[in-house]
Amino acid sequence: MSQAAPLIEARHLAKRYGERDVLDDVSFTLHQGQCLALFGPNGAGKSTLLKLVAMLIRPSNGELYLDGRRVGEDQDALRRRIGVLSHQSFVYDALSARENLVFYGQLYGLAQPAERADQLLSQVGLDLFAGDPVRTFSRGMIQRLAIARALLHDPDLLLLDEPYTGLDQKAVAMLDDEVDRAKAAGTTIFLISHDFAEGLRAADRAAILYRGRLRYFSDGPVSPEDFAQTYQGLVG
Amino acid sequence: MTLKPSFPRAVWAMLVKDLRLEFHTKEMFSALLIFALLVAVAFSFAFDVAPEGLREVFPGMIWVAFFFAGMLALNRSFASEKQNGCLQALMLGPFDRSAIYFAKVIGNLLVMLASEVVLTPLFFIFFDMRLDGSIWLLAAIWLLATFGFIAVGTLLSALAAQARASEILLPIIVFPVITPVVMAAVKSTAGLLLGARLVDYAIWLKLLVAYDLIFLAVPFILFEYLLEV
Repeated sequence: MSQAAPLIEARHLAKRYGERDVLDDVSFTLHQGQCLALFGPNGAGKSTLLKLVAMLIRPSNGELYLDGRRVGEDQDALRRRIGVLSHQSFVYDALSARENLVFYGQLYGLAQPAERADQLLSQVGLDLFAGDPVRTFSRGMIQRLAIARALLHDPDLLLLDEPYTGLDQKAVAMLDDEVDRAKAAGTTIFLISHDFAEGLRAADRAAILYRGRLRYFSDGPVSPEDFAQTYQGLVG
Repeated sequence: MTLKPSFPRAVWAMLVKDLRLEFHTKEMFSALLIFALLVAVAFSFAFDVAPEGLREVFPGMIWVAFFFAGMLALNRSFASEKQNGCLQALMLGPFDRSAIYFAKVIGNLLVMLASEVVLTPLFFIFFDMRLDGSIWLLAAIWLLATFGFIAVGTLLSALAAQARASEILLPIIVFPVITPVVMAAVKSTAGLLLGARLVDYAIWLKLLVAYDLIFLAVPFILFEYLLEV
């Protein structure tokens, strides 16, 4: 067991919208370099939990610590360490791929945003389309650009919200490569998925969220077959 | 690899991005310009008043045209950020979220002032108006009133952007709040055009300054919460 503070420590997190409890008493820890795959049916609260960890929303109750620091204190510095890949691309259709990455590179204060943008465009196989407006891209190309955007500032924590949605086989393989590369570099990964095989491929922790509560959290890697049985038993 | 992005650097990056988007699409500038021009033409035919009377209604006409046209621009202000979830991406950035507001304010202000530079002489020509007072005072009134309108409008357009029918919602929530700006802009413009002494309408200029200062400070506290609504 690592002696360092966990990169993510959730203590009794709850999120309520009006009268509805979206998350209730969620507690878990995730250490540097670990990869957690979170599963659950639609409406279980997975994306809400990810938004809490990304500091996009505030918890109604409970506390969240990132690298030992309580979220709410010096959030700007904490946000710099997080990269998010959502099912939304976070890119501007009217700008070119390169303009998008250079813009985000400037926002994150990169010393050489143009060079970093070119490096990542090449890495995700979009270097030939760097100057083309994003509105001319296919779904797969947009997702590649979104991956490049999420990795642009070398985050310590990568949050992936259903990243495989709508990807073709080539793009899935490329995303797998990027996840493996990030994991090998010691990046902590928090991944939400509906696909057991894809989600558990790189994960060394697995969890099930159901009706806003964390029903299962594994201490180590789980095979998709074993996990499917557990999921069936808890969620049906 | 990363440097700490300062607040001004984040504002500058977002401002350049917004201006680049506007350069590519020309959505705000063209909508603002065409709408205000149409209003100017419609008013010039609709009002058949003597020159003395015209001087009294002209300030109201020009500011109504500018503010209604500006509303079209404000409605587009956060449209590009709603697309593909880009607003969330900005909220994930390592800087105080009020930087998003200030970048939008500066961008909207530049677009609106640029269109006013084109439109103001046209309004004066259409209505055969002459400016006897100081052009610098006119410029100061234009700047203060436009800033007040944009500052409030941008703040509320961030709020409306989270709603489903934001295009309908925005004018409904903006106009009651900018009533003091509309009154002060019209009264101070009328004072200048009618040749009144500055001291007679200085109170309206002071109101504009106070209003602008308040809405320069409020977003530092409120904007982050508005985005989370």
